[in-house]
Amino acid sequence: MINNMTNKNIIINMNKNLNENINENMNRVAGNASVRLIDKFIRAVIWFFSFIALGFLIWIIVFVFIKGIPHISLSFLTSPNNGKNEGIWPMIINTLFIVVTSLAISIPVGIGAAIYLVEYSKPGKVINTIRFAVETLAGIPSILYGLFGLIFFVTIMKLSFSILAGALTLSIMVLPTVIRTTEEALKSIPSSYREGSFALGATKLFTIRKVVLPCAVPGILTAVILSTGRIVGETAAVFLTAGMGRNIARNIMESGRTLSVHLYILAKEGISFDKSYATATVLIILIAIINMASSRLAARMKK
Amino acid sequence: MMNNAVQNNVKISTRNLNLFYGSMQALKQITMNIEERKVTALIGPSGCGKSTFIKTLNRMNDLISGVNIKGEVLLDGLNIYKDYDVADLRKRVGMVFQKPNPFPISIYDNVAYGPRIHGIKDRARLNDIVEKSLRSAALWDEVKDRLKHNALSISGGQQQRLCIARVLAVEPEVVLMDEPTSTLDPVSTLKIEDLIDELKGKYTIVIVTHNMQQAGRISDKTAFFLQGNVIEFDDTEKVFSRPVDSRTEDYITGRFG
Repeated sequence: MINNMTNKNIIINMNKNLNENINENMNRVAGNASVRLIDKFIRAVIWFFSFIALGFLIWIIVFVFIKGIPHISLSFLTSPNNGKNEGIWPMIINTLFIVVTSLAISIPVGIGAAIYLVEYSKPGKVINTIRFAVETLAGIPSILYGLFGLIFFVTIMKLSFSILAGALTLSIMVLPTVIRTTEEALKSIPSSYREGSFALGATKLFTIRKVVLPCAVPGILTAVILSTGRIVGETAAVFLTAGMGRNIARNIMESGRTLSVHLYILAKEGISFDKSYATATVLIILIAIINMASSRLAARMKK
Repeated sequence: MMNNAVQNNVKISTRNLNLFYGSMQALKQITMNIEERKVTALIGPSGCGKSTFIKTLNRMNDLISGVNIKGEVLLDGLNIYKDYDVADLRKRVGMVFQKPNPFPISIYDNVAYGPRIHGIKDRARLNDIVEKSLRSAALWDEVKDRLKHNALSISGGQQQRLCIARVLAVEPEVVLMDEPTSTLDPVSTLKIEDLIDELKGKYTIVIVTHNMQQAGRISDKTAFFLQGNVIEFDDTEKVFSRPVDSRTEDYITGRFG
């Protein structure tokens, strides 16, 4: 009898436990469901925001293309810009000219500065000052670079409005980008490579030339791409220093109008909105080509 | 302790070597004679100073700021901090690191890197050195068909042997190894150990190891480090079978460490 009772009790208890377990599990399932719902919601929000960001970009590009493409013709692309012709061939060439000249100045200087900062300098006041200067340079509006270039390069150094004055100004402007991007590339190289090289009796310079710099090439190419973008897109700093010459600059001492400056003049002077949209289309395509070429080069170098 | 050092040529000796990281003393009064063409193993628990010690032998500690060294390290009787140019010293005293660190360039260029530092440009001569070094490191047969491949494409064990080949290519006299097998699998470890056994006839080898069986298998001499001191330094066989100091015995039998 007593045995029976206890058995029954045990069974009841077991049932109770079982029920509690089931309840708990069901709670957990319900909890999971609400977590999943929040998860879905957040994902939708994130997706929506990124769609907005991308949407604006696509909207601008499509808008410019629709307005611009009908006015692009072979003669628009290849004819000079004087009273009779309204072509942008000189501006395309001047843009490439100023990009190449600016990079030729800023990339070596920037790489040199980055190598100094990462490989040679010891932490201290000097380094903090340099870092502060670089960071401040990055935050200055481009019109100030333009004014500085106008006063210093164009006037004091008597370079007049020229590709060189423009390139020097733009070089200072993109220097922070070049330095910082290269610095990051150098820092990401494992110190074990440097140790391995030193342990074989290599000097610091040899190590930098043969191990550190080759490893940093993809990062340096990123610096080139970013700088090119800024140079091509710049107006204020360029028209105050490189001027608005409508012809192809035959050397670095001549003035030359870039595509962005041309676009600015067309729009501001109200000369022709059709032509400014057409110019903008060409500008966007040019930037896309430069970026694709550089990243393809970087990918090939990585192999 | 070092009574039989007299019978053999001493390659490296340290005299009252003290090393400080800032105010922390990592090595205390270390006086040791490392014999030529022998394998000397340095054992001891983590943080005992064995890695720090091996790095003073080719002045790799120079790269760390805040390191202060007192005392002498002599290579062939000359002070490495005064009488040698640091590049020349590191050419004579090569180093293999804990983690394989080949450069991300071709296998060939990795091995040719050292000779190129020291001014060898002749293609035929470089080819020769590369083949010889890879053969000495027991890697030639495995990589001879892909010398132009990136060194990071071979396995970890092969990479470590490549690093050994890279060191051998500059024809060092001493090879320092800082736990060279600690990141490798057992088969690769065995290959490196066999290699060390082959190399010892030609080179003076100093190896830091965490693995006491390894020290026992490959070394002629063993030094036991503890808290910056050398507690015991003698023939490996003697250190492992009849340690003089009770702390050595405790460590070897696995009572701590």
